[in-house]
Amino acid sequence: MSKARIKEAFANSKAFIPFITCGFPDVETTIAVVEAAVANGADLIEIGIPFSDPTAEGPVIQGANLVALQGGITTDKVFDTVKILREEKGIKIPLVFMTYANVVYSYGAEKFMTKCSEIGIDGIILPDLPFEEKAEFSDVCDKYDVALISLIAPTSESRIAMIAKEADGFIYVVSSLGVTGTRSEITTNLGSIVAKIREVTDVPCAIGFGISNPEQAKKMAGFSDGAIVGSAIIKIIDKYGKDSAGPVGEYVKSMKEAVVS
Amino acid sequence: MTQSKGRFGVHGGQYIPETLMNAVIELEEAYNHYKNDPEFNRELQELFNEYAGRPSRLYYAEKMTKDLGGAKIYLKREDLNHTGSHKINNVLGQALLAKKMGKTRLIAETGAGQHGVATATAAALLGMECVVFMGEEDTKRQALNVYRMRLLGSEVIPVKSGTATLKDAVSEAMREWTNRIDDTHYCLGSVMGPHPFPTIVRDFQSVISKEIKEQMLEKEGRLPDAVIACVGGGSNAIGTFYNFIEDKEVALIGCEAAGRGIDTFETAATINTGRLGIFHGMKSYFCQDEYGQIAPVYSISAGLDYPGIGPEHANLHDSGRAQYVAITDDEAVDAFEYLSRTEGIIPAIESAHAVAYARKYAPTLSEDKIIVITISGRGDKDCAAIARYRGEDITE
Repeated sequence: MSKARIKEAFANSKAFIPFITCGFPDVETTIAVVEAAVANGADLIEIGIPFSDPTAEGPVIQGANLVALQGGITTDKVFDTVKILREEKGIKIPLVFMTYANVVYSYGAEKFMTKCSEIGIDGIILPDLPFEEKAEFSDVCDKYDVALISLIAPTSESRIAMIAKEADGFIYVVSSLGVTGTRSEITTNLGSIVAKIREVTDVPCAIGFGISNPEQAKKMAGFSDGAIVGSAIIKIIDKYGKDSAGPVGEYVKSMKEAVVS
Repeated sequence: MTQSKGRFGVHGGQYIPETLMNAVIELEEAYNHYKNDPEFNRELQELFNEYAGRPSRLYYAEKMTKDLGGAKIYLKREDLNHTGSHKINNVLGQALLAKKMGKTRLIAETGAGQHGVATATAAALLGMECVVFMGEEDTKRQALNVYRMRLLGSEVIPVKSGTATLKDAVSEAMREWTNRIDDTHYCLGSVMGPHPFPTIVRDFQSVISKEIKEQMLEKEGRLPDAVIACVGGGSNAIGTFYNFIEDKEVALIGCEAAGRGIDTFETAATINTGRLGIFHGMKSYFCQDEYGQIAPVYSISAGLDYPGIGPEHANLHDSGRAQYVAITDDEAVDAFEYLSRTEGIIPAIESAHAVAYARKYAPTLSEDKIIVITISGRGDKDCAAIARYRGEDITE
């Protein structure tokens, strides 16, 4: 069910995938921003569960994590937020979590995935869980039909086929070296990475890290099945605070138009 | 469940971003090759002996022994190494390995600054570029070490994120490594992080217990009854323990930083207050809240101010082979002053945690017992901070 829902998000056109840190600056804003993103064409949304020490994030998302945690967000409150989005706001598109291994481990993987399946979370991205360690959570993810999303990086090279063969949901292709954050230029040969993935699987590929403007999004979607944007959206929320729904909605609209053009 | 590489019981592993996986695999392959390479070992031995001043002394602390009235006490003098601590053992090994791998740039995290200074030193010696990440809070606590690193030609980057201490310096060094891998080796300073670091760092530090064993057999004709060392990430402790792990009659005792006490939130005693978790590339024990958020730990000692512990220690704790005790700031400061007055040796405040436990432990043993305390570093760097702790207003 979950995996089918993710596949559907990529079925009709190139996908645009926003990332939103839950509880930044508060839960009400997160709900409003997700609704606005969906209304303006988002195909799938990554919801960030804040972590105290997000080692794969640049300063923008690090800052959002800190503000959200200081505001009292917890894993349980994130679950409650998703429940509201699904049950009260009628959000139907796939929702995936993005967080760090310790958040899941500490909650108890079985309990965490049970919750995910109850509230309608379709997948999970854990940037500190590489292929070699995925057995930590993969069985329990399968049991509750939560796709454990694989990441492939510019340095993956000989590892691409191994990772892609077992990929679930969609593949998160990391555009550049380093951490998350907007970049003026993306120089990785993404076409060749996606081609290597295509040799072994038809699981959709979305490219993320460093994408901020419609031109980049269009270019990245040209190489793949979609574009993921995090830091650029968090910057808008940082600027507009509780009034972010409007500006984020407009931004998502322009990015979705760019990826399908 | 299949277990990945680099496991110590359930602990260890490689919980890192995909971007770094080929880098750690390359490091593991290079290490497995060079650790058995006679030329590499000859070069490293020469650096240890001629440059770092090894072997370090095993000193009989006669006055302390008589004063405490129990077990005979020896001090393993890692404070006498070049750069003033045990950190140089690991750094010379890793820097030489990195150079053999064709890397031209070292990055490192540092807490108190000892590992940063050692890395800056090795980089200067081997002609490598060096960047050290240090929590902004620690750059203030240890301003002299910041200057030393710059003097040695390194760049020091103050880390402002999180609690601006050691854990944040590790996070920032990991972020920098994902940004620049081709020419850069991350010279990790403790027996922590993803495989193969806990094994590599342990192997380079195990020279400490190798020497203790030889020196003890020479001086006493037998093994000690206990070896005692302070534990943050745990590199000097694992170095002190390693060659005694199979000698079950030797007690292995690690001394954690309790800060203001293990019943307070201002502590860094991971084994005594932490829970199993996954962070900084490894599964181990971490100080964390009920949702797995890493705790902002505290200790007077910047070098022990870390919310985790190396995976091999976590396993030695699980199996009961080693024992981990908690020492408060007050006890460590008392021991810092005690060793200075009694033996004329000013220990690092980190090492003073081990001395503090020995002061309680030695009197409980009979006079025919022998214990060894590893003095992991010298205390000059701590004098200003301890003076302030005692209410004296001195400037460096």
